[in-house]
Amino acid sequence: MNRRFLRQALPFLTLAVVLAATFYVQPRTMSYFGLNLMLQYAVPIALATIAQMFIITVNDLDLSIGPFVGLVSCIGATLLLDNPLLGILALLVLIATYGAVGALIHIRNLPSIVVTLGLSFVWLGIAVLILPSPGGKAPVWLKALMGVQTPWVPFPIIAAIVIGVVVHLALMLSSYGVIARGAGGNPKALTRAGWSMLNTKVIMYMLAGFFGVLSGLALLGLTTSGDAHVADRYTLYSIAGVILGGGEFIGGRVSPLGAVVGALTLALAGSFLIFLKISPDWQIGAQGAILIIVLALRALVSYGEHKR
Amino acid sequence: MIGKLLRQPWVFSFGAAIAVWLATIAYTGGQGAGAILTAAFSFATFTIIVGLGQMMVITTGPGNVDLSIPATITLSGVVAMKVMDEDTGRMVIGIIAALGAATLVGVFNYGLIRLLRIPPIIATLSSSFLVLSAAISYGRGIRIKPPEPLAQFAETQVFGIPIMAFAVLALSIALAMVLSRTVYGRSVLAVGQNSRAAWLAGLNVDRTRFLTYVLSALLAGVCGILLSGFSRGAALNMGEEFLLASIATVVIGGTSVAGGRANVPGIWGAALFMYLLVTMLNTFGASAGIRLILTGLMIIGVIVAAGGEEQR
Amino acid sequence: MSNTLPTTQQRSSRASKSLSEQAISLDGVEKSFGAVRALAGVDLVVATGECLGLVGHNGAGKSTLMHVLSGNLTPSAGTLSIGGKPHAGSWTAAAAQAEGVRCVFQELSLCPNLTVAENVRIVHRSLTGLGWKGRARALISQKLDEIFPNHGIAPDDEIADLAIGQRQMAEIARAFTVTDGKLRLVILDEPTSSLDAVTAQQLLAYVKKETARGTSIILISHLLGEVLSTADRIVVMKDGKTVADRKAADFTRNSLVAAMGSEAREHKRGAAKNSVAEVMVRAQPRSGGSASLEARKGEIIGLTGLAGHGQTRMLLQIYERRHAEVKGALSFIAGDRQSDGVFNLWSIGRNITTRSLTALRKAGFIDLAAEEKLAEEWKVRMAIRTPDVDNNILTLSGGNQQKALFARALASDATIILMDDPMRGVDIGTKQEVYAMIEAEAEKGRTFIWYTTEIEELTHCDRAYVFRNGAIVAALGADELTEEKVLQASFAEQAA
Repeated sequence: MNRRFLRQALPFLTLAVVLAATFYVQPRTMSYFGLNLMLQYAVPIALATIAQMFIITVNDLDLSIGPFVGLVSCIGATLLLDNPLLGILALLVLIATYGAVGALIHIRNLPSIVVTLGLSFVWLGIAVLILPSPGGKAPVWLKALMGVQTPWVPFPIIAAIVIGVVVHLALMLSSYGVIARGAGGNPKALTRAGWSMLNTKVIMYMLAGFFGVLSGLALLGLTTSGDAHVADRYTLYSIAGVILGGGEFIGGRVSPLGAVVGALTLALAGSFLIFLKISPDWQIGAQGAILIIVLALRALVSYGEHKR
Repeated sequence: MIGKLLRQPWVFSFGAAIAVWLATIAYTGGQGAGAILTAAFSFATFTIIVGLGQMMVITTGPGNVDLSIPATITLSGVVAMKVMDEDTGRMVIGIIAALGAATLVGVFNYGLIRLLRIPPIIATLSSSFLVLSAAISYGRGIRIKPPEPLAQFAETQVFGIPIMAFAVLALSIALAMVLSRTVYGRSVLAVGQNSRAAWLAGLNVDRTRFLTYVLSALLAGVCGILLSGFSRGAALNMGEEFLLASIATVVIGGTSVAGGRANVPGIWGAALFMYLLVTMLNTFGASAGIRLILTGLMIIGVIVAAGGEEQR
Repeated sequence: MSNTLPTTQQRSSRASKSLSEQAISLDGVEKSFGAVRALAGVDLVVATGECLGLVGHNGAGKSTLMHVLSGNLTPSAGTLSIGGKPHAGSWTAAAAQAEGVRCVFQELSLCPNLTVAENVRIVHRSLTGLGWKGRARALISQKLDEIFPNHGIAPDDEIADLAIGQRQMAEIARAFTVTDGKLRLVILDEPTSSLDAVTAQQLLAYVKKETARGTSIILISHLLGEVLSTADRIVVMKDGKTVADRKAADFTRNSLVAAMGSEAREHKRGAAKNSVAEVMVRAQPRSGGSASLEARKGEIIGLTGLAGHGQTRMLLQIYERRHAEVKGALSFIAGDRQSDGVFNLWSIGRNITTRSLTALRKAGFIDLAAEEKLAEEWKVRMAIRTPDVDNNILTLSGGNQQKALFARALASDATIILMDDPMRGVDIGTKQEVYAMIEAEAEKGRTFIWYTTEIEELTHCDRAYVFRNGAIVAALGADELTEEKVLQASFAEQAA
């Protein structure tokens, strides 16, 4: 058995196991509407996970993605609704800010954890200024998009596949994706070949900002009103999603498809535990346990790999 | 001498705290100057306790951070209240049980880090999920008041300063002693600067990190017990704000994020400063949003200013 | 020096092929790292289509020279010419890449998380657009097939999954791939170090083929046989200068070794006196060979051979007490001060006392007065030049920092001191003081195991073990410790 294959298959196996268990416990979920309901929040989580993945690709970590998604939902429910042009401009400014933060972190060689921790306060503060309490309204087109009824396969599944495949093409198959992953794998080799680490980092941070914006808008389409705190958990979800999906914290080893699958698993796990009639008290705990079990399995697989 | 003092990293945070306090009382015309300080010392002590733990963890080197502090605070508070069950006679057992639970969290954290080679940030994050669930499940629907002596200890003041602050001062001094005068403390500083060099200098790197994660969990446990005494009972979200607060005090207080340099007085300055800043902004009538933005910019500003010298 | 500076006529008469033009040349290149002069005025001409062999002992300046050529180090002085014309503008890695200069470094420059084909993309900016991966695969497969038939590497293999030898093959093949622009010069720094005999031969055969096409190659190797058989011309470096420059045919193995070395020196230690003393350390390298090492009480044992052939691993194996019999407390003196030794944030005093903290405890707490006294005492004994041991360690010069590390080990209760090439970048005066200290401490019964890259330092040893490819290949007693013998043992005849 090829251990690398095993490690790459692990996220998909985990999803399959959780899915099968859900169907077994609650057969009624094995339907169009059942899946639609269980997985609808997987779309914004998957987008946030992809955003986090871009940062992890260059060996950094973003602790501000949750509040950022919340901020985007607030802007979407107010500015974007009242004045679309200004709303779009605001969102572009946010993406540019992400890029600037990436440049700052690279140039000053700062720990990304601390900078993005501070940034999370800033995002939350702006969001609270815009919407001191939950409110506003999602633009109609957003609601329509997120509530679309696709034939045969529920929308969240299609959306997740599209997100995964598009990012996979860009990061895993394109020639520039190679440079981005190489920047995480061996920055020195990249510099020796004449590439700029600064440019690479800025681009990756801006991509993270872009997907954060998409995540916030998708979430707004589902919740239909803005809330600064709506996505506080997303920071943890996105990190967990990347790790569940087979990504590693350092070394540029990430997998977009895996990350999406990881996000789906996290979204499903919640429903599964409800069906299991496990008390809701243990829901977060079970997510923690799933994380630990998957990491333990991976440690086991990798251990064998190194011994070889 | 003055020059040397000014170069201490903690002077900045104390200076900022005093400046903010002066600005506040200037605005109110001197009204409530003492009350503000009293409140600051009360609330800051909780942040200081966990900030000290986080400081030790961060000092053991890049990548080390304890994200399970909030969950551990909650677990400890819940366990303490439930075991004490409003009975003064069971207070000691309750404290032992709560600290025991916290210690287990620390041991579990390091187990994940060492045995499963999970990066500390994700290890303590996953374990915090489990710990939080345990606390929720165990403390479900309870609303148990703390035994009277505990509540009194958390509230009593001497000359307007809570006695709890004195206790935490003693704890801080003890920790500063540990850092400079014990083999464990020196090992923490050495491992944080360069773990390989520490190992080659004959220090026990593994044991040092293990003890540090346990210490951090233990301090979170202490915070949980005192906090449930102070706020008259444990709540399931009682730890929430302490994740960001613990890291922010460490950064603002002049402890090196790259590891190897801890700063105990800085934790005090930073915790007081952060509380007083919020008070000042409240007094000025600033909204919650402005307060958050300023806090965030403060953290970023401090790390950018310090970043230049942290480079290795 | 003057006879090593080839004029145009001399050069054309020297090489076997037609050398009407020079590919790249260096003129009076100097480079210093702090007090250490790595390159002391090097002139080097590489002709088009020539294979130039470059040999020299540790610290001769070969690696520094290659980093200058590849644009990764900026020289302190001197000029670099391309095709006979001085290069305008700064010579950076990107400029070198653009001029067709490639380098296979000793540490791998591949991204371990990428596939072989993806690593090719990193060095070829033109590999982009639709179908780039197909072109990258074809490029590397073809080159691998050409250089290493039966290589067993698929272009989609991830580097991390390849064996070390295969990685080296992939990196070598990558250096010879061409997309746009021409290949001018390929520098191979110990290219065969991880290759087996068959693939090494394949590479050397390819080198001849490639030079025939007009590409210049610089071959650095410790396997003198392969340099003699492959290179057209051989340049010998020593102490940051070129000391010999002749046609390969004019050298023999012995004359090459002689050119690398220096005059024999008087041995300083007396004859082995401790043959009956207690054995303190006995260990066999886990990295290879069956020969083992033995150190007796009061002995100074040298570990030598070319850098990176298992000496440091041997020291760490003893330090960890794994598969090693060790009697007594150990202490380790690092040579790479920054990564293994010094605590940057601490004072000189604290750096000295780190290894002795347990002994300095009184009722559980470190006795600060006793600590200060110990630091002060060793500052004096090691003659560390500082007004105050409370100053930060980085206020000291490199040599004095190293003295502080010696003080850390010698102030401790350790009876066995392991030294990992501790004199790197230390000035001569400091060295003399430390040598005297080591000999005095050995006299008092301490045992020293000393890995050194400087053969001269072996004159202070009672016995030395020569390492090659992780194994001990020779044990030389004090009376046989000559530079020539060490070099003979260090440089293998041919890859095994």
